[in-house]
Amino acid sequence: MATHDSQSETIFPPPLVSGNHTFHSVTEAVCSVVEAPPSKGWIASFLVALMGLGILGISVGWLIWEGTGVWGLNQPVSWGLAIVNFVFWVGIGHAGTLISAILFLFRQKWRTSINRFAEAMTIFAVMCALVFPTIHVGRVWLLYWALPIPNQMGMWPNFKSPLLWDVFAVSTYFTVSLLFWFTGLIPDLATLRDRAKSKVAYWAYGIASLGWRGANRHWQNYEKAYLILAGLSAPLVLSVHTIVSFDFAVSVIPGWHTTIFPPYFVAGAIFSGFAMVITLAVPARKIFKLEDFITVRHIENMNKIILTTGMMVGYAYAMEFFIAWYSASEYESYTFVNRAFGPYAWAYWIMVSCNVITPQLFWSKKIRTNMTWSFILSIFVNIGMWFERFVITMSLHRDFLPSAWDYYTPTMWDFGCFIGTFGLFFTLFLLFLKFLPSIAIAEVKGVMPQADPHWEGYGHHGDHGHEAQPAHATADKGGHHG
Amino acid sequence: MSTPNPGNEGKPLFVFPAFHNRVPLLLAPVLAIAPIAVIAAVWYWFSPWFTDVGYQPEQPVAYSHKLHAGDLAIDCRYCHVGVEKGAHAGVPPTQTCMNCHTNVKKDSPYLLPVRESWASGKPVEWVRIHKTPDYAYFDHSIHVNAAIGCESCHGRIDQMVEVWQDQPLSMGWCLDCHKAPENHLRPKGTSTVMGYTPPGGDQLALGEKIKKEARINPPINCSGCHR
Repeated sequence: MATHDSQSETIFPPPLVSGNHTFHSVTEAVCSVVEAPPSKGWIASFLVALMGLGILGISVGWLIWEGTGVWGLNQPVSWGLAIVNFVFWVGIGHAGTLISAILFLFRQKWRTSINRFAEAMTIFAVMCALVFPTIHVGRVWLLYWALPIPNQMGMWPNFKSPLLWDVFAVSTYFTVSLLFWFTGLIPDLATLRDRAKSKVAYWAYGIASLGWRGANRHWQNYEKAYLILAGLSAPLVLSVHTIVSFDFAVSVIPGWHTTIFPPYFVAGAIFSGFAMVITLAVPARKIFKLEDFITVRHIENMNKIILTTGMMVGYAYAMEFFIAWYSASEYESYTFVNRAFGPYAWAYWIMVSCNVITPQLFWSKKIRTNMTWSFILSIFVNIGMWFERFVITMSLHRDFLPSAWDYYTPTMWDFGCFIGTFGLFFTLFLLFLKFLPSIAIAEVKGVMPQADPHWEGYGHHGDHGHEAQPAHATADKGGHHG
Repeated sequence: MSTPNPGNEGKPLFVFPAFHNRVPLLLAPVLAIAPIAVIAAVWYWFSPWFTDVGYQPEQPVAYSHKLHAGDLAIDCRYCHVGVEKGAHAGVPPTQTCMNCHTNVKKDSPYLLPVRESWASGKPVEWVRIHKTPDYAYFDHSIHVNAAIGCESCHGRIDQMVEVWQDQPLSMGWCLDCHKAPENHLRPKGTSTVMGYTPPGGDQLALGEKIKKEARINPPINCSGCHR
């Protein structure tokens, strides 16, 4: 019997929900986070996040009042922290879409515990990203000029510009992600509605759950809508960051004008996105006692993706250097020598250390299943990916003419806007944790071993010891979603 | 709303009243029409066609363009001397008025502010009517020398007792002509003619010919005007 158990352990991965939960205890575990009064830790974190939001308000307010001159931009570095932060935040969003759409279409059932979480992260990250293109125009009240709205000024956007493609790519991305997230939330909002004690919660969840009754017809429509939205989102994982990379690649600046940019940016986006999911999930599962749902297996799977995409990014870094040399273009070669050994070499080596070297520790199973290590390394990746965008943008500081070379130093208002978006992000995220179910209750129930029709649990496990194994396998691999 | 709620005994079941079934049907046409209505409204009521055309401030002197440019047929350039050489056509100094009015109607009460200005050396404070924004680079000389008529932008000044703004001077309006200058081109030297009629009455044929011969190619890129 002992050998049999260890065998099944090796062949079949551990269950996706541990702790021998019943369906009711899953509901309790997730809803109690929302229904209980906010903990001291939550209030403290929320106040810190609000301070960050205040910094954003002040920085953006001053920027709009005084003009974009308060930033450190000048020729030749006419793009600074604003685009760095924009690409950083948009990139983070990608893990959410990958988890929610692509892993869903590939029937990767482990996604169900983390998808709600990651989708929320995506939406909030895209909101933070959208702050930057909005404020960088200086006269924010004229932002609608970026949209093709017929008008008497004869103003029309330039459809040949990747910056316009970006407007469409990111706004589509935001809309689809929001719809996807909301659709997934409907059954769980209905659960919260039915459990609501206060009048406000009853009405708020009642309206938001759109009259969901859990009827067979409701579930059929829900499944169809979810599948369609997954299908719509899947190409966005590739397209959004491809178009973001076009902002650079379509120009003629050495170090930007390269064909490797789209795949390189997409890999980097997924890399940074998963790192952010780990950064958020590791503390959240502990604080809200959700370890049974976001198990070590989930964290390990994400760490494997980080390791893979980290190496893709590392390959891209190497290939950029190879092509710079192979192109025999003086400007291209100089850009890369300058990147690694010029005035911004410090940024380059922070990037390489955090994105290429430290993720290699995830080859060790011990490290990638250790929560502290996962958290620390995810922070390294977050830092490294911010610096990647900084390094790329700083290609501007030495372009074709040495007489035009300069060193760009961001001002405190540049940093204020950047730090402020973290305030915005965590304010929204903490509100999400407090008011919405952070784990997809209905979906997680579907991937529990208990959900398998052949599951022989709840006390009479001993009678059918031999049948437990195939049942276990079906719960994990077979069956269908929902 | 009074159906029992099996999930939460204390609360009635949350049910949307039946009229909500019609909401999508009602919302669809509203969502389809509202953006078009908003765009159309902004297009007209927020445009200088509506806000600026017809602006006719009261001037410190009861000066009649109809009398001077129309009935007396004084050329525009007699007063607006900068129009062929510079960005600004220029408002004439009191000296220009006094060239004639030391002899003509020299005691008219209408001309009292002019004589006061002449005596004190303080210019007459004419109220500006036509104004392009600071960020739009506009030069009178290129337009007059390419032989666009004054009336194309300013209207029939020779018929206005007090001048009003005749055209919107908006960006779309500028671009309309920059994209199709043949609608307004004339033979050189006829810019200041009011009520110009092209030979044979065919402006388009004349305009096309001048555009080709003089190689008129007005800019329609951003930096053409926003320099």
